[in-house]
Amino acid sequence: MLELNRSIHGASATGGSTPAADRLAQLPAAIRAKINTHPCFSEDAHHHYARMHVAVAPACNIQCHYCNRKYDCSNESRPGVVSELLTPDQAVKKVLAVAAAIPQMTVLGIAGPGDPLANPERTLETFRQLAEKAPDIRLCVSTNGLALPELVDELCQYNIEHVTITINCVDPDIGAKIYPWIFWNHRRITGRKAAEILIQRQQEGLEKLVARGVLVKVNSVLIPGVNDAHLPEVSRVIKAKGAFLHNVMPLIAEPEHGTFYGLMGQRSPTTAELDALQTACAGDMAMMRHCRQCRADAVGMLGEDRNQEFTLDKIEQLEIDYAAAMQRRAQVQAEIEAKRAAARQPSPSVLVALPLIERPRAQPQPQKLPTTRPLLVAVASHSGTHIDQHFGHAREFLIYEATAEAVRRVAVRSVDLYCTGAAECDDTDNRLAQTLRALDGCEAVLCARIGYEPWGKLEAAGITPNGEHALEPIEMAIAAVYAEWQAAGRLTPQTAAPARLSA
Amino acid sequence: MAFQIIAGCVNCWACAPLCPSAAIVAATPHFRIDAKLCTECDGVYADPQCASICPIEGVILDSAGVPLNPPGSLTGIPPERLAAASAEIRAR
Repeated sequence: MLELNRSIHGASATGGSTPAADRLAQLPAAIRAKINTHPCFSEDAHHHYARMHVAVAPACNIQCHYCNRKYDCSNESRPGVVSELLTPDQAVKKVLAVAAAIPQMTVLGIAGPGDPLANPERTLETFRQLAEKAPDIRLCVSTNGLALPELVDELCQYNIEHVTITINCVDPDIGAKIYPWIFWNHRRITGRKAAEILIQRQQEGLEKLVARGVLVKVNSVLIPGVNDAHLPEVSRVIKAKGAFLHNVMPLIAEPEHGTFYGLMGQRSPTTAELDALQTACAGDMAMMRHCRQCRADAVGMLGEDRNQEFTLDKIEQLEIDYAAAMQRRAQVQAEIEAKRAAARQPSPSVLVALPLIERPRAQPQPQKLPTTRPLLVAVASHSGTHIDQHFGHAREFLIYEATAEAVRRVAVRSVDLYCTGAAECDDTDNRLAQTLRALDGCEAVLCARIGYEPWGKLEAAGITPNGEHALEPIEMAIAAVYAEWQAAGRLTPQTAAPARLSA
Repeated sequence: MAFQIIAGCVNCWACAPLCPSAAIVAATPHFRIDAKLCTECDGVYADPQCASICPIEGVILDSAGVPLNPPGSLTGIPPERLAAASAEIRAR
């Protein structure tokens, strides 16, 4: 079910609608400096800078119901999946090779495929070498938090500026429905007791990191019926303890993933549910809405993966002159910063206010009836600012909600987060089916160009393809489309496409 | 008296550093336990360490050949549900 009309839960209209970029602008200068070039933390930075993950940490000390420790598919793109496990020495070599080849790569993260801090020797050895050999790369790590408290001091020693803790709950009764077991003090512990220990360790780790001045982002997986009603409380608690960013991510659960949730019929949230929850959690906390849920060995800009260019056999023979690379990196990054500074010059402002819109049927009609209804539009964009991508090349779509008053980005949807089995991986029809799934609820898709065949399939699915605004700035093009549809009478409240309001 | 790691092990390294007898070695195609060194953690820990952190059901056997983590015990997925889902996916 997708609801185009939304109500705002617990957040003021202004508080709920401030974009992440603006919210980050309210952070102290010292923090902003740390995230300015971090693609995972700054919505703006991710258009300019790349990141990489090295898969050095295979072991885990807990089990989550959304994770399957067996899965490995090179065509699949989701957290916890890798193709090639690296030793710390191999990882360092790979990082230097990528940093030399992709000068805008500013961030190295260790994110698994297990829990990085459940593999302290491998993770810390990688950080130790990189802090010495590549001081211009920012280092970060993500963890479930169980082993975090006693490793905070050592992490600080290697200049780790950012830590992400996955916190799905602060209530052990809810935790017992997410974590079947943890390994703690030489025993496997199950049930509520396990969740209680994990939560206590996560909170202790968070407090210690904040006390040491490390930036902490909290990831939460939104699991409908399990922690959805509880996540605003999580947001409140972690914010009070000093986390600077909360990233609520949708559960990924399909039977073919072999996870508990996937096999037991736990559904993933709809994009409307995710968006509503992110808004509900926002309050005055910075929320992150551009997460791409990437693999634990991803390389490149967010949403892209160039890992295959840097496999072990390709980098083993490389001799890297990192001093020279560092000079070139500094030069390229200075050019990027100059461009960003120029782009920050005042431009025609984009309205972001989200009017409070009542649900047409479920609630009494409001006094002032909206004369037009909102429109959900998907955009194929390489730059993130202009409509400059061919429909068939888009691996993700930017989703905008347009109203008569505003155009607002509400989500980013990946086409290929899911692997549906090796035989279908490169099947064109299957690709298109996946794309249609990613466009669910959208009534129009704006792109630079589009082929004849997908055009027909999109129309058949009730989505209007539009290539008329190629190379135009996204918000202005959407506003133009909205005005055009409005003039054509396609946006009166009664014209809402029934298939998508009830689907 | 020794445990055994069998096919299905995903080589995640979780067990090896925990073994008080250093009996677990990285090998191909999967980790294995040196039967001469394994003590089943007897007298050192209440629970055998490798079997207490292993995330994969059925891949560590006791000396009688019985899985220390039987099907369904770690993931909570009933074995019949897993079998049915696998059959469904194969039939697609």
